[in-house]
Amino acid sequence: MQEFAQQVVGGIAIGGIFASLALALVLIYNAMGLVNFAQGEMAMLATFVALALINRGMSYWIAFPATLVLAFAGGIAIQRLVIRPVERAPVLTLVIITLGLATLINGLAGFIFGYVPRSFPSPFSSDSIDVFGVFISWRDLGVIAVSGLVLLAVYLLLQRTTVGLTMRAAAHHPEASRLLGVQVSWMLALGWGLASAVGAVSGIMVAPILLLEPNMMQSIIIYAFAAAVLGGIESPLGAVVGGILVGLTINLAGAYLPGVGGDLQLAVGLAIIVVVLLVRPTGLFGRAATRRV
Amino acid sequence: MMNRLRGAPPRYWLVVIVVVFFIGFPTVISSFLASEWAQALIFAIAIMGLNILVGLSGQLSLGHGAFMALGAYTSAILVHHYKMDYLLTIPIAAVLTGIVGFLFGVPALRLSPLYLALATFALAVVTPSLIKRPAGLTGGVQGILVLQPDPPPIASDIFATLTGTVMTSDQWIYYISLFCALLLFWLAWNLTRHRPGRALRAIRDGEVAAAASGINIAGYKTLAFGVSAFYAGTAGSLFGLATGYVSPDTFPVSLSIQLLVGAVVGGLASIPGPLLGAIFAYFLPIESNQWVPSQSWIPDQIASTLKNAGPAVSYGVLLILIMIFAPNGLVGLIRRGYEQLNRRLRGAGDREAGHVPPDPQTV
Repeated sequence: MQEFAQQVVGGIAIGGIFASLALALVLIYNAMGLVNFAQGEMAMLATFVALALINRGMSYWIAFPATLVLAFAGGIAIQRLVIRPVERAPVLTLVIITLGLATLINGLAGFIFGYVPRSFPSPFSSDSIDVFGVFISWRDLGVIAVSGLVLLAVYLLLQRTTVGLTMRAAAHHPEASRLLGVQVSWMLALGWGLASAVGAVSGIMVAPILLLEPNMMQSIIIYAFAAAVLGGIESPLGAVVGGILVGLTINLAGAYLPGVGGDLQLAVGLAIIVVVLLVRPTGLFGRAATRRV
Repeated sequence: MMNRLRGAPPRYWLVVIVVVFFIGFPTVISSFLASEWAQALIFAIAIMGLNILVGLSGQLSLGHGAFMALGAYTSAILVHHYKMDYLLTIPIAAVLTGIVGFLFGVPALRLSPLYLALATFALAVVTPSLIKRPAGLTGGVQGILVLQPDPPPIASDIFATLTGTVMTSDQWIYYISLFCALLLFWLAWNLTRHRPGRALRAIRDGEVAAAASGINIAGYKTLAFGVSAFYAGTAGSLFGLATGYVSPDTFPVSLSIQLLVGAVVGGLASIPGPLLGAIFAYFLPIESNQWVPSQSWIPDQIASTLKNAGPAVSYGVLLILIMIFAPNGLVGLIRRGYEQLNRRLRGAGDREAGHVPPDPQTV
């Protein structure tokens, strides 16, 4: 029972990381009906930037927001430079471009920072506290708290501010928004910036667990895909719930299902994607898509 | 007969020249280079398969490396555990992979292009770890060694009279790959020119309109998946033969990306595209590996990083630039250049007479 509870807490912690990246995917999906295959690599690059800042003597809690700001700017730059010229292209073209972006960023990170895995500091102590007989590590609690805060911040931004309202309007009704004077293209750029920053959180949170190297996010992005699909790819709330469910599932499957351990956990992620797409393609919180003829 | 030949359009002659070139090529290059070119031809087969799926039917697969893995392991296992002749296993691997692809195409029908891309990408990422598991069958992390066959006496004799040297197994494998590539390119050419090709293009460009014209959408889309996987399975089987070795790391997710790069660079929905794309996608990492260290003024550490990161960076930049500026790839660029040249040479009269072919469809 005690071990089970620890696995659950660990699952929620890792699920929070998936949730951040899944939320980043959802933000871009909502903005332009596109799954950004480069989201994980963008987060990885941001994490390298964070490490560079920390290694220059910056304290963790200054480097963290500084990285998010840089990631935000980077996301906007990518949207302006690469995505905007093809904004109206077919989805196939866009997907191939984000894949190119993923390959490019992966290579750039390898070029600048090398392929040797590096350890990444965690601001939380590795001690555990005893909660009713269950040992919970400060790291897990810290990751849960940071992810929770970020998700809350995104929620407040989208639902309670004018900018958030404008962004949602631009995404859902671009034509009407344009008529009302919204600069739709810049709102999309803002969406990319926001997604990039939110994704960066997942990179920074997962780096102390996995060791930082250019391919670090390759497995995490699969779990984030699974989370986004499970929650319903257009639902921010779904991304969070999906992330936590995926985190719980792979943690518990890894601990209790015979034969599922190590890299076969990734197959659980694939299985979740396939089952959800076949059984309920709209996910838990998605709306059924209607197709206009 | 002569009249027919004289009336043949120039591109038929181009095909003849290319085929003769590829047949004669191994007699003038080293055995090692022949092995590399064999692998480039194998890439061309796989990319042609991807091209049929993406370019013709408009379904995006980011997991064709997984189908190649299936083909390669089918052959390797049949040879290793059941002592079959490798050449016999190639059609078996191709058909088996084709069937699996066909079955994969059935659920894929229900998915939007985006979800299909996502699911196949996940498949490509998971493939290496899936292969490792049944270690008794697949050899686990170690993989399976594939014994390369000696060339048969007849081929060996002909080769010896032409070049004066003995034919190596690498050169024999080159000819096997060339034979398969020619056969499959010819098949693809027939497929695109006839009813299935027209039906698939109609589906790609407007599913509802195609359905209204009486095209069996589900049938053709799954067919495209099956045919595409058949090509990938053939390529995988040949790849194991050419490299002499199959292991989980032979089929990383980057292989699937490499195939996509080849398809996009060459030109989607074209027949010569996959060949050009394959030569490009196969030789780019090799050439950049050889080029970098030879520049002595580059420090060692930077050279090794360039070697690792160079292909990824150039693949990425190319994918983006080509999708933005030349969505029809190299073939599209060549065709455009040729047409402009033609127009300048013959004046504008031909265009009015309708001799200029319509622009190829963009993706």
